[in-house]
Amino acid sequence: MSSADLTSERDLPQRDTAGKGDLAPERDGPRDTGMDDASLQRWLTQTWRTPSGIVGALSSVDHKIVARRYLITAFVFLCLGGLNAVAMRIQLSGPRRGLIGPDLYNQLFTMHGVTMMFLFAVPIVQATGIYLVPLMVGTRNIAFPRLNAFSYWIYVSGGIFAWVSFALSMAPDVGWFAYVPLSGPEFAPGKRADVWAQMITYTEVSSLAVAVATIVTVLKQRAPGMSLDKIPLYVWAMLVTSFVVVFAMPAVMITSTFLILDRLVGTHIFNPAEGGDALLFQHLFWFFGHPEVYIIFLPATGMVSAIIPAFARRPIFGHLGLVLSLIAVGFLSFGLWVHHMFATGLPKLGASFFTASSMMIAIPNGLQIFCWLATLWDGRPVIRTPLLFVFGFFFIFVIGGLTGVMLASVPLDLQVHDTYFVVAHFHYVLIGGSVFPLLGAAYFWFPKITGRMMSEALGRLHFWLAFIGFNAAFFPMHIVGLWGMPRRVYTYPAELGWGNINLFITAGAALFFLSFVLFTFNLVHGAMRGVPAGDNPWDAGTLEWATSSPPPSYNFARIPVVSHVEPLWAEREAMPVATGLRVDARELLISTVAEARPDIREKSATPSIWPLLAAVAVGATFLYSIFTPWAIVWGAVPIAVTLIGWFWPKGDPEDEE
Amino acid sequence: MKQRPVADLSTLPSFGVGPRSPTWWGTLGFMALEGTGFALAAGAYLYLALSWSEWPLGAPQPNHWPGTIVTLLLIVSVVPNHILNRHAEHCAMTPVRIWLVVMSLLGIAPLIVRWFEFPALNIYWDTNAYGSMLWVLLGLHTTHLITDVGDTIVLTVLMFTRHGYNGRRFGDVGDNVFYWDFVVLTWIPIYLLIYWVPRLG
Amino acid sequence: MASAMACVLFLQGCAGWQSALDPKGPAASELAWLIWFFTGLCAAVWVLVMIALAAPLVLRSRQRTEPLVLDAGADDRKFRVVVAALGVTALILIGLTLLSFFANRTLAAIGSDAALTIRVTGHQWWWEVRYENAQPNRILTTANEIHIPAGEPVRLIVTSTDVIHSFWIPSLAGKLDLIPGHMNVLDIEANKPGIYRGQCAEFCGAQHANMGTFIVAEPRPKFDAWLNEQLQPAAAPTSGEAKAGGDLFVKRPCVMCHRIGGTRAGGTVAPDLTHIASRQTLAAGTLTMSRGNLAAWIADPQGIKPGAHMPVVSLNGDELNAIVAYLEGLR
Repeated sequence: MSSADLTSERDLPQRDTAGKGDLAPERDGPRDTGMDDASLQRWLTQTWRTPSGIVGALSSVDHKIVARRYLITAFVFLCLGGLNAVAMRIQLSGPRRGLIGPDLYNQLFTMHGVTMMFLFAVPIVQATGIYLVPLMVGTRNIAFPRLNAFSYWIYVSGGIFAWVSFALSMAPDVGWFAYVPLSGPEFAPGKRADVWAQMITYTEVSSLAVAVATIVTVLKQRAPGMSLDKIPLYVWAMLVTSFVVVFAMPAVMITSTFLILDRLVGTHIFNPAEGGDALLFQHLFWFFGHPEVYIIFLPATGMVSAIIPAFARRPIFGHLGLVLSLIAVGFLSFGLWVHHMFATGLPKLGASFFTASSMMIAIPNGLQIFCWLATLWDGRPVIRTPLLFVFGFFFIFVIGGLTGVMLASVPLDLQVHDTYFVVAHFHYVLIGGSVFPLLGAAYFWFPKITGRMMSEALGRLHFWLAFIGFNAAFFPMHIVGLWGMPRRVYTYPAELGWGNINLFITAGAALFFLSFVLFTFNLVHGAMRGVPAGDNPWDAGTLEWATSSPPPSYNFARIPVVSHVEPLWAEREAMPVATGLRVDARELLISTVAEARPDIREKSATPSIWPLLAAVAVGATFLYSIFTPWAIVWGAVPIAVTLIGWFWPKGDPEDEE
Repeated sequence: MKQRPVADLSTLPSFGVGPRSPTWWGTLGFMALEGTGFALAAGAYLYLALSWSEWPLGAPQPNHWPGTIVTLLLIVSVVPNHILNRHAEHCAMTPVRIWLVVMSLLGIAPLIVRWFEFPALNIYWDTNAYGSMLWVLLGLHTTHLITDVGDTIVLTVLMFTRHGYNGRRFGDVGDNVFYWDFVVLTWIPIYLLIYWVPRLG
Repeated sequence: MASAMACVLFLQGCAGWQSALDPKGPAASELAWLIWFFTGLCAAVWVLVMIALAAPLVLRSRQRTEPLVLDAGADDRKFRVVVAALGVTALILIGLTLLSFFANRTLAAIGSDAALTIRVTGHQWWWEVRYENAQPNRILTTANEIHIPAGEPVRLIVTSTDVIHSFWIPSLAGKLDLIPGHMNVLDIEANKPGIYRGQCAEFCGAQHANMGTFIVAEPRPKFDAWLNEQLQPAAAPTSGEAKAGGDLFVKRPCVMCHRIGGTRAGGTVAPDLTHIASRQTLAAGTLTMSRGNLAAWIADPQGIKPGAHMPVVSLNGDELNAIVAYLEGLR
């Protein structure tokens, strides 16, 4: 489609809604049509800025500011979760070590799991999406920006809640999947398991809200011309991920709600003595838990699909195939949960079905790998740090994927389930499949976010340290698992001969941790002293590189018009843009779902303190609810007040026409 | 980067209703995730029901009459709900105000009957897992009912202020109509699970 | 390959009395074969992917300059290669699915003619072992150490009374969960006499790490003799000290939890101690059986196994020695 067609393509059957019914006449304001660049910039800066001062900062609804907070917070939780791991590795470095007792150790691995899954992995992939998706689809802010700000505050309060509990030795000690009856009222007295259940609720509320905002941003706010076949793969990945979140996360909320009801008001949903069932918990949990892996992994594949074309210097090979495999993985991820339960003694035939479905998901994942390799086959790729991490991703993730095929086999799983083999497997999948691409993405998009480059030399050193440290720490775990070492043991007897290999693993873990210290230094150094990056340091092709680094509050002075999946490569001379939006109000463009034809000039929400206040009300209610169910009743009042404050029109140009 | 204007957006309308508006899609997203929650709770109920040969477990069958009255009230409320929707589409203020008041009252009515539904279950939540599941299902739907009725009342008040004369507010009314349909629709399977599945065996 | 390399590095680890790679029974042998087959095949696939990844770095030296100028013929060839690779992937996966299906059938056939049925009940953090018999007086209850006849399949019915545990003897068979409210069946067989260690594989609380168990496989006659001995009531104390210990045992809180056959001690919430001294370990594999360890365990269970449900019973030195002397005689 040529961009000139766009004006005529807009001739949808539109009703002229503005001129009828009991509406106040629309107040018009200055438009950007024909405006010179300097005045346009002045107007937009004034309209889209985040107010100054503390209250202003807390009221921000700019997707980039919220995403930056999300990214930094998630990174802090990564470091905390990493410290948990280091502590555990020191305890396990030799047989019968007495540094850490079972009470603390069980809190450590539970906190490690919940921190990495709920406070690091999911938030960081969503945060990356919050930052990049609006830029990549060429819009000025995320959909529902106040909801987005709200979800950040809820996420932070959930994280603080969990870690303050840990500091008070009140952290959950029942494992990140908190199986009943161990986490039930009878065997987990005290508040530790309640902390698990409510912390889940906080983080799930926040991820669900972000997922809905992401879906609507992708479906309705794409730049004119960005039809479905021209959506960047990273955006596709975030779209599919968000759908998986919408259908998977409610399962864990139901699970944790049932658990807290059993614990708090005496229901018997999971109590086998009163007609309940302990396995029901596992079915519900893994109906979320397996898609969770793909919630973490799919965005990372999107990052790989963004990094490879930039350094292979060509559009991705098999764009359609990659989109289809993303969708296929999204669907299939809901059909495999039972392979976490092969050892529970399920009927044999049912188990075999889940073997087949678990194997099947390797096909779309394999297709992704083949398409990336085929993209890299044209000429010699430019080797820079982001691509190094993508190579590390291939090396590690393929091992994790293949051991995943082993775990899909019912009989084989019975030997390795709940051993260090599984610990090795899912760290290969999650660190190889998600953290390595994330690190590559950090080097790749850091210049866009900060306007400065990170050090290439330190980056390479970081890569090799991380790569060697990771493999040294996790490869031997496959072996010690086959030698019979179960996971979640705080100690082991000397006569089993696991001592030396565990010492080696601990050394590898220390090296891996060190690589993150170096990474942190490189981040800080880059942000303060890095070489100025310019708009498009890698000469990449997607829209986020069309604006300045860092992008202005309004992202794009004029909305770009897209005619190619790599628009910046297709339009080297000048960016085709659309004009006609108001500059005195936060206007952005709503387009049609499939063709991305311009449809509405929608107002985007202005900064507001209410999302923070609502988050405080909701967070306090959750916290209070672990002590009494009446918290829900009392909490409803402040929640209702803050929500009304949030949605009540204030008379801004954005509210009144 | 240099810019080359190729399209003009100035004649686009400043709001849209239904699937044209992002809010509609957001509402749909929340319905999808809440619907998934309902479906999983229903699945958990059936999982337990199928694990036992006896169901209801150690209790008399629930008295279905309060639930049936709620069902009828909810089904009846769909008609004024869609009349309201038509007026909202035409941005007609007076009928929108009237029908919003009607919908607020029609939201409160099933809530009052709902109060009598809980004792009619003939079992408490802490008696056994069967009782727990009944209370959970009913509680889950009641939460949605209360939320949406609250939302309707706030919107009704809003439409009586000067802020009402705005296309986007009429769009909000449309989304409220949409959500009420969802609350009615999700009740039907829950009603069958609570009152009629125990009568099957 | 990698595992062989690691074996060289960590030599003593291959001793393997709790290793899936050192099978001592038909089920574990089938599984070990399956593990090696999958590992070999996966390693080959991985090497091929790595070669494909390294190829453009090694073979071609020219960097592309114009991102949008593509060679249509080359992309067509790539398309065919990708489709072929996808086909091979699908075939491998179908093959592996069938393989694991048949392996599952082989495993299911192992215990079909088991003559001996043992009920294993998980407790925090020990194993209750009950040898089923049609004659009530031939039902034997013991703990943590399971004797079986070598070369015969044995049926284990496993369940739990508290939280979920998992029964796993890697060198004999795969694991199976013990779930309250559920009965699961696991058939095991040891080819030869020997002692095989296992431990709980599902996280079950504070002392999950110290919930070991042993399978002692013996020739049939020896096993029968063992069973008959274990069915006898506890041996009467011989020395004066042991006699005093026996009296103390029933006067102190010990009787609230433990049972000793033939005495007034009849508690069932903790391991049966009728023949405790005949077992090789104490506290579910935590300590080896010895006079010193018995004394240490009774004097300070919370120091040895923090969180365990065995409370500290205050005893003076003489009382402790007497009880140890008594228990030591319960062979």
